[in-house]
Amino acid sequence: MATRKRDIPEINAGSMADIAFLLLVFFLVTTTMDIPNGLQVALPPISEEPPEDSKQKKREVLEVLVNASDQLLVEGAPMTIDKLMQKTVDHLTNEGVNPTLSTTSTKAIVSLKNDRGTSYDMYVQVYNELTAAYNKVRDDYSMQEYGKIYTKLDPARDKEKIKIVKKKFPKKLSEAEPVSIGGDK
Amino acid sequence: MAKFKKDGGRATPAINTSALPDIVFMLLFFFMVATKMRDKEMKVKTKLPSASEVEKLEKKSRLHYIFVGPPINATYGNTPRVQLNDAFASIDDIQEYITVENSKKDEKEVPYMTTSLKADVTVKMGVITDIKQELRKVNALKLSYTAAKVARKE
Repeated sequence: MATRKRDIPEINAGSMADIAFLLLVFFLVTTTMDIPNGLQVALPPISEEPPEDSKQKKREVLEVLVNASDQLLVEGAPMTIDKLMQKTVDHLTNEGVNPTLSTTSTKAIVSLKNDRGTSYDMYVQVYNELTAAYNKVRDDYSMQEYGKIYTKLDPARDKEKIKIVKKKFPKKLSEAEPVSIGGDK
Repeated sequence: MAKFKKDGGRATPAINTSALPDIVFMLLFFFMVATKMRDKEMKVKTKLPSASEVEKLEKKSRLHYIFVGPPINATYGNTPRVQLNDAFASIDDIQEYITVENSKKDEKEVPYMTTSLKADVTVKMGVITDIKQELRKVNALKLSYTAAKVARKE
């Protein structure tokens, strides 16, 4: 093909693409792209002592039950999952207004109970709604106090602010010791 | 051959492919940077649930993995099984697994170890509850329900 004989013959780079393709395919096959995302949970340590009597605190507790058929019972009444977040937000921000809900946000507790037959999908959804409620009240409070939502507070600079918001709305999401309610499915 | 070509007038010039390696290398570098090595062979199917409030797990080295789901190979049936490392395991093996994995790490890192639970949507909570109890027994209290991130629907 070369017509001009004086030139140094060009190095054939045609197979460079092949080599690069080979490497590309290798990386496509052996690597994954998923960055692990997850709902963070802090499990309670196992303690031998029986749980303290919670009779007088009944008002502070928002009871959420999920049965083996993935049905939701909140404070003894059936509920659909899309209303759960608002209900939780109401409970956390009640400040003693509604006599059935919490007295102050610092004492408010959300108790989640599930059956052994509940599907993991439903459980994650419920947990997600409850987490969303906590995130929302924290965001709202932070917005009102500091003009910035909670998740946008800088952990280095706004350490104090984060502490205050956390203290105002502590994440007291308790999960009951495993029991079987409503039977296996 | 060459003679034949010379006689047959001008052929259409070849398409210039000298930029092709550059393009492929660009793709290659993208994949090298954006992905990471697959290090575990999946033995169980894990179709993740979706959630909106997920947080990114910061350090990959500070993770234990537990997989739960129906086996990919149908000959093992479709009852959900637990997978630790590259093999099927039972619930009772979790304590040992966590202890062994922790002993490989720096002592200072142990309190920050998070267990990443990858479970299939079809799994029942009975298994998950058992796993949680086992984790509590070995004091591995940081747990993460791995989920796909979706936008909140209003």
